[in-house]
Amino acid sequence: MSVLANTVHDRTLQRPDTILGADELVINMGPQHPSTHGVLRVKLKLDGERVIGSECVIGYLHRGVEKIAENRSYQQFAPYVDRMDYVSAVSNGLGYCEAVEKLLMVEAPLRARVIRTILTELQRIASHLLWLGTHALDIGALTPLFYCMREREEILKIFEKYCGARLTTHAFRIGGLQYEAYDTLEKDVERFCNSFEARIQEYSDLLTSNSIWIGRTRNVGLLDAADCIALGASGPVLRASGVKWDLRKATPYAAYDQYKFEIPVGSNGDTYDRYMVRLEEMRQSRLICLQAIENIPVGPIMARVGKVLKPPPGEVYHAIEAPKGILGYYIVSDGGTQPYRVRIRPPSFINLQALDKMIRGHLVTDVVAIIGTLDIVLGEVDR
Amino acid sequence: MLQGVLAFVQTWWVELLCAVLIVLVVPLIAGYIVLVERKVMADMQARLGPMRVGPHGLLQPIADAVKLLIKEDLIPDDADKFIFWFAPVLSMTAALTSMGGIAFGPWFQVGRDINIGLLFVVGVSALGPFGIVLGGWASNNHYSIIGAIRSTAQLISYETTAGFALVSGFLLAGTLKVSDIVKAQYTDHVWYVFLAPVGFFTYLIASIAETNRAPFDLPEAESELVAGYMTEYSGFRWSLYFLAEYANMIVVGAVGATLFLGGWLRPFPNVAWLGWVDGLPTLLLAVTGVYCVMRAGKQPVHVQVMFMWAVALVCFLVALIFGVVEFAHLTSSAAFLSQHPVQLLRSMYDGLYGAFWFLLKVSAYIYIFMWLRFTLPRFRFDQLMRLGWHILIPLALVNVIAVGIMLALMSSLGWNRWLAALLTTLGTLVVGMLLIRWNDKHAAAASGSIATDNTQVEDSYAG
Amino acid sequence: MADESKAPQSPESSKPAASGPSPAPPAAGAPASPAAKPVAPAAAPPPPVQVALDSELSRRYRERFGAAILDAIEDRKQPILVVDVTQLLEIARYSRDTEQFDLLEDFTAVDWPRREKRFDLVAQLYSIPLNTRLRLKAALGAHEEADSLSSVWPTADWLEREIFDMFGIVFRGHPGLKRILLPDEWQGHPLRKDYDILQQDTAWVRENLGIESGQ
Repeated sequence: MSVLANTVHDRTLQRPDTILGADELVINMGPQHPSTHGVLRVKLKLDGERVIGSECVIGYLHRGVEKIAENRSYQQFAPYVDRMDYVSAVSNGLGYCEAVEKLLMVEAPLRARVIRTILTELQRIASHLLWLGTHALDIGALTPLFYCMREREEILKIFEKYCGARLTTHAFRIGGLQYEAYDTLEKDVERFCNSFEARIQEYSDLLTSNSIWIGRTRNVGLLDAADCIALGASGPVLRASGVKWDLRKATPYAAYDQYKFEIPVGSNGDTYDRYMVRLEEMRQSRLICLQAIENIPVGPIMARVGKVLKPPPGEVYHAIEAPKGILGYYIVSDGGTQPYRVRIRPPSFINLQALDKMIRGHLVTDVVAIIGTLDIVLGEVDR
Repeated sequence: MLQGVLAFVQTWWVELLCAVLIVLVVPLIAGYIVLVERKVMADMQARLGPMRVGPHGLLQPIADAVKLLIKEDLIPDDADKFIFWFAPVLSMTAALTSMGGIAFGPWFQVGRDINIGLLFVVGVSALGPFGIVLGGWASNNHYSIIGAIRSTAQLISYETTAGFALVSGFLLAGTLKVSDIVKAQYTDHVWYVFLAPVGFFTYLIASIAETNRAPFDLPEAESELVAGYMTEYSGFRWSLYFLAEYANMIVVGAVGATLFLGGWLRPFPNVAWLGWVDGLPTLLLAVTGVYCVMRAGKQPVHVQVMFMWAVALVCFLVALIFGVVEFAHLTSSAAFLSQHPVQLLRSMYDGLYGAFWFLLKVSAYIYIFMWLRFTLPRFRFDQLMRLGWHILIPLALVNVIAVGIMLALMSSLGWNRWLAALLTTLGTLVVGMLLIRWNDKHAAAASGSIATDNTQVEDSYAG
Repeated sequence: MADESKAPQSPESSKPAASGPSPAPPAAGAPASPAAKPVAPAAAPPPPVQVALDSELSRRYRERFGAAILDAIEDRKQPILVVDVTQLLEIARYSRDTEQFDLLEDFTAVDWPRREKRFDLVAQLYSIPLNTRLRLKAALGAHEEADSLSSVWPTADWLEREIFDMFGIVFRGHPGLKRILLPDEWQGHPLRKDYDILQQDTAWVRENLGIESGQ
């Protein structure tokens, strides 16, 4: 293992030379660019059409969320968490609430955990749908975006009915849920899941065996398993490289240990594999939802936590499998009502580090596809 | 001097009228093709498209044109002002002039007896890339010039393919003159697409690349780094480029329809008992009129109700014209036939119906363009060039030889033409498969787009 | 580290666990932290938040590194090893190579200004083959430098840049240590406790954005 790590180290940590050769060109991409999915600036060093080095400049969306956390109470901070990965706010909320619950050493009641699971899996589907639509659009397929938005609309309607918000949902509370599942939640989710399988097939028909799509995504942005782990890449990026690891199975949280689902794994670690992995993850999420709504247990939805939360001094680290990767919360409490330190381990930030490695040797046209396949959200990268 | 001009106008008034109509009407038509494209796109994407401006968005192109005309005319600081002005003009001129060689039906043609017919069309439209590369250069923006050069490289690469594909059609027709080509398809009792299908489809693909349409639209794509030759153009200048692109679409559609799809002939032109197909235009228009009448009452705003009635009226009027002309054409022996109006109507039959069928075919061709645009992702530039040079040009070349062989088999060995066509088409397709397989192997060996230095590391966590 | 739990307790030592809303039954564990807590008379005995860690893992580390492992705690059932910062790189390498902690899940810092050694470097490790987690903590003084872990886990590259950006901790041996989230010329390190929530580098804002910052 040490041998692997050394080779990876040598390749990943080469910085672009500061002195340009005669044939080299530095192109700036962003921060305003239709395809960087946020305010990301990438400096590309090119030799003709090939990328020989790159440097990411981030921080355009830095809002100091970790500092804010030290000045808010635990419950007051919860809405801030949604705004990091604003595409999948429910997952962020799940991670935070569970981390604080671990800090308080309470457990949310089973009913709350099951409803949390359902909403989080719906959010995973919604996040992957947005990813698929925009990724296909970047590569030139204009139509999947609208189909994906049509499905995502259904999910956002469910969220709106549940907690009143579509995007920054603040759906969960520390200790459980605030809102009881509304009357037709199960029916809505069931109706969505029943129609969704055919829809996934639609996207698949358009793209999976399309030779232009394959030509644009096969062998593009290769990242093998050892590099992934060394660089800390997680989520579908890691699974597409062949590592069968998912925190929902490894360290189950919420109610995931009750449901049967597969972990899709790729083999090549290229863009096409990441596409297939995420497509399959949508199918598995749908299965989890279907299993969950069959049997939502009755019971309370909120554990007994006081109005004022003062966790005993100490610290906790809790990580969940967000749609983008491993989302970790490290919370240090000094016994007061406000956290002493909240550290958010953002999957997009760490996955973005792998960009330099993935881009080298590719043509400029592939840069857009590779940034898209990492599925980054700048709100999370910059916090 | 004035006498000379008058004499000129007197002899050539039909052609001049056609030319004026082309210059006036084609930009408007191109604008409406854009609207059709947006509606078709919306339909494929499960939405409605432009709906606000005018009933069902029918006035959208007018609004777009007005917007573009009132925009500020920006010229980059160090741009070459004359070339900056001239480049879109050149593109538009090339497109419109090449339309002069096309016959939209037996009557409507500017260059009526050009003996080089379609060669003129193809040659003049090949001046279009000049406009592109000059525009990119004059913008004084190095991303523009890169985009312009890419676009031009793509265009000239696929012109060779298009040329070869057309040659296979010319072999079958035996002539370059437009009206003679259509006559040849009439006398041969077949549209040439059935005798040289590989030629037609090669031409279809090449013409998509010729007009910078998806999936070959990398030079124009918004999400790419290199912004394309149109970056510095705004307002009316940009609309000239845009219209040139759609006019080019009409031109390639027209060339394909003329050479391969039977021009202005109706389907099965020689089969007498299918003569009732002639009634289809009238029927179609009448049905559209009826539909408009039915929907008129359901429009939300009064203006839209009036508009629907107006559209219905226009449909019925045109249907009436078509019907009357058809009736005059059919009645061949009746007492009142010697009267002038009927003679006139009868002579209109060819022109009107021919134009209808021709435009129908061109529309179908353009619809296929649109369909492909919204279904397929974009080619990367190297893949595009590889497709053009490694696959399509050899295939088109082989196709020319195959058509030649077919003609030789038919004429000297007296084979049935369908048998000969089948055989040669199959042969060409086999060659095509071999080419694709060879190309895939070659591309894989060249490791696609990566100059990889990935060592194969053992992965102990796989699976 | 025992003092880490003692220091913050002093201002809040009156009601540390009485307001802790945990419904977990109070167990008879021997917590290291409540040693400094006065017993709250009306409340149930505090649940065992932190216990000393004595597992196979901690024993192996202690065997290998001896005195460099300053403490081994389990906080809320998560193992923590408090180590000497000068040995952090060695321990990291050992963790990756021998103990199979191949994934550096997170690397961050916490600021305890009233402590003598102000910063706590916290590395969260995860082993994919063994599915275990471990936290390494090392105390670092205000002007001390630490060794970069990027030679062990390349993911530490940006993580250390962020620590440098937010706390001002310099990492020796880092391939290119500069700010990552804030502009390169920004003065100040925001996540330090002496940096006020409303504070900004007004000079930078004025020069680069051309506005008078409201704060």
